[in-house]
Amino acid sequence: MLEVKLHNLTLKNPVMTASGTFGYGEEFSDFIDISRLGGIVVKGTTGERRQGNPYPRMAETPSGMLNAVGLQNVGVDAFCSDVYHRIKDIDTNIIVNVSGSSIEEYCTVAEKINELENIPAIELNISCPNVKKGGMGFGTNPDMAAQVVGEVRKVYDKTLIVKLTPNVTSIVDIAKAVEAAGADSVSLINTMLGMAIDVEKRRPYLSTITGGLSGPCVKPVAVRMVWQVAHAVNIPVVGLGGISCANDALEFLMAGAKAIEVGTANFVDPAVTVKIVEGLEEYCNRHGIKDINEIIGII
Amino acid sequence: MKKHITDFTIVDRKSYGPNYFALTLQHPDSMPEIVPGQFVEVEVKGTREVMLRRPISIHDVDYKNNTLTLLVQIVGKGTRQLSELKIGEKLNLVYPLGHGFTLEGEKVLLVGGGAGTAPLLYLSKHFASKGVKPTIILGGRTKELIPVQEPFGQYGELCIATDDGSQGEKGMVTQHSRFAEKYDRIFTCGPTPMMKAVARHAQANGIECEVSLENMMACGVGACLCCVCDTDEGHKCVCKEGPVFNIKKLNKWMEN
Repeated sequence: MLEVKLHNLTLKNPVMTASGTFGYGEEFSDFIDISRLGGIVVKGTTGERRQGNPYPRMAETPSGMLNAVGLQNVGVDAFCSDVYHRIKDIDTNIIVNVSGSSIEEYCTVAEKINELENIPAIELNISCPNVKKGGMGFGTNPDMAAQVVGEVRKVYDKTLIVKLTPNVTSIVDIAKAVEAAGADSVSLINTMLGMAIDVEKRRPYLSTITGGLSGPCVKPVAVRMVWQVAHAVNIPVVGLGGISCANDALEFLMAGAKAIEVGTANFVDPAVTVKIVEGLEEYCNRHGIKDINEIIGII
Repeated sequence: MKKHITDFTIVDRKSYGPNYFALTLQHPDSMPEIVPGQFVEVEVKGTREVMLRRPISIHDVDYKNNTLTLLVQIVGKGTRQLSELKIGEKLNLVYPLGHGFTLEGEKVLLVGGGAGTAPLLYLSKHFASKGVKPTIILGGRTKELIPVQEPFGQYGELCIATDDGSQGEKGMVTQHSRFAEKYDRIFTCGPTPMMKAVARHAQANGIECEVSLENMMACGVGACLCCVCDTDEGHKCVCKEGPVFNIKKLNKWMEN
C-alpha cells in the first residue's frame, strides 16, 4: 500500500530520515524498529574526517532551530571500514549523504561509497550552508551544480539523489540543471540560511554568525518548492523541510514528492518516523486508498 | 543501556526560592536502571518558542516508589513553562541519557554550585549505599543561591562555602578548609569557572576527577552533533560521550 519507487530504488514506504538528524540510525534503535522506515540517509560524509564548526552550533527559534554543525563526520574511509559494517544489515535502504569542498572530493567519496554493496544510493549534498568552501556554493549556480553532478555521475552508477538548497532565486533552474547532468532524483529542501542574535549579550547565538534554519517554520516554503520542482522535472522528487507528522508528509506527497525525509522532528520525538508511517497507513485506510501513489502529485 | 520514551506522572512539586523547583515523577511501571550523572530530555508543550526538549539532570531516583526527581533552575522560556506544571500532570521523558559518573573511590569529594548540585544528590546516595561517606562542598554567592542542602546531609558530610559568608565558610568552594584534603576521586558539577578551578586542583595533585558539562542540546542522543565540547580527542557530544568527562580528556577545556 505504501510502497514507492525512487528511480530503481524500492522503498517499503515513503518515509526516510534526513541527513544529520538521525546519526547512523543506531542512535535511534532503542526507540524504534528502524527497518520499518523506507530509508535512512546517514550523516554527511566527506573525503577526510572533519571536526566541524566551534560551539555554539545551535539556536532555537520560533517553531524551528538554526544549526551550524559544519559537516562534522568521521570521513569516508572510517565510514567504509567501520560504520558501514555496523549498519549494513539494517533491513532498509541506507543512503549516504555525500559532501565535499571540491568536485574531486565529491567524486572520491562517491567512488568509495559505490563499492559498498548494501548502500543502494547516495544523496549528493550540494547545499550545506555551514561550510566555507564548497557545499552550498555548488548548489546555488546551475552550471556549477551540473558540473559536479556530471562528474560524480561518471564514477557512481547506482541511484544518485541530489540535495538542493532553497537559498536560490530559482530552485527550478537548479533542479533542471542537475536532471540534465544525470541526477536520478532530487531532494529538497536543505536548510534556509538564517541568523539569530542574543540581545542581552549583543552577539549572534551561533559561532558562525549564520546557520541553517529547519523545523516546522520552513515547511510552507519547502512544500511550495517541491510543488514547483515536481512540475518542472521528470525525475522523482524527495521532499523535506519541517515534516513532523503524517499530515505534513501527505502535504509533500500531494505536492509531488515520491518520498519524504524527516529531520528536526527526530529531536523532538525520537519515535516520530514510525508514527508517520503508521499515520500514512491510517490515512490510506480511512480514504480507501489502495496505493499511496494515487495521491502523489495530485496538486 | 537502553533508552526509553515514557510518560511520567508528576507526584510532587517543591519550590526552592524564586528560581529553583523540583518535580518528582512517577514511572507507570518499573523504573529502568539509571546511573548517577545521567540526564533526561523533557518535552515542553504549549509554546511556539519552545520546540526542542530540555536536558535536565537527574537529581534523585527512588526505585522503591518508581520515581525520579528533577531539580530545575528557571533560566528561560522552556524551564519557565516546566515550572508551571502541576501535580497529576504528565511529563514525557526521553531517558536515561548520556554517560554518568564513574562509581569508584573510597574517599570522595563532591563539589557543586547552583543547578550543578542537582546530579550530586543521587551520586551521594549511591556512595552512601556502598558504605562510602562522601564529603560534599556546595557553593554559591549567597546561601539563597544553594537551592537544595538538607537532603545531602543524610548521605555524606555537607560543607557550605558562600562568597558573602552568609552560610558556612566565606569564600569559594576551592578555598574551603575541606577542599584541599587528600581524596582519591573528585566529582564536580556547576558553573564552568568553578569546575575548571576544581579540575586544575585535581590535575595538579594527581587526583582522579570527573566534571559534568552542560551545553545547548537538540537531540540528546548523539545524532545532531550540536552540543559538542572541544576535548583532547576532538569534538565530543556532551549528550552522548558526556555529560560526565574525565578531566584527562579535557586539557584544552581547562586551559581556555
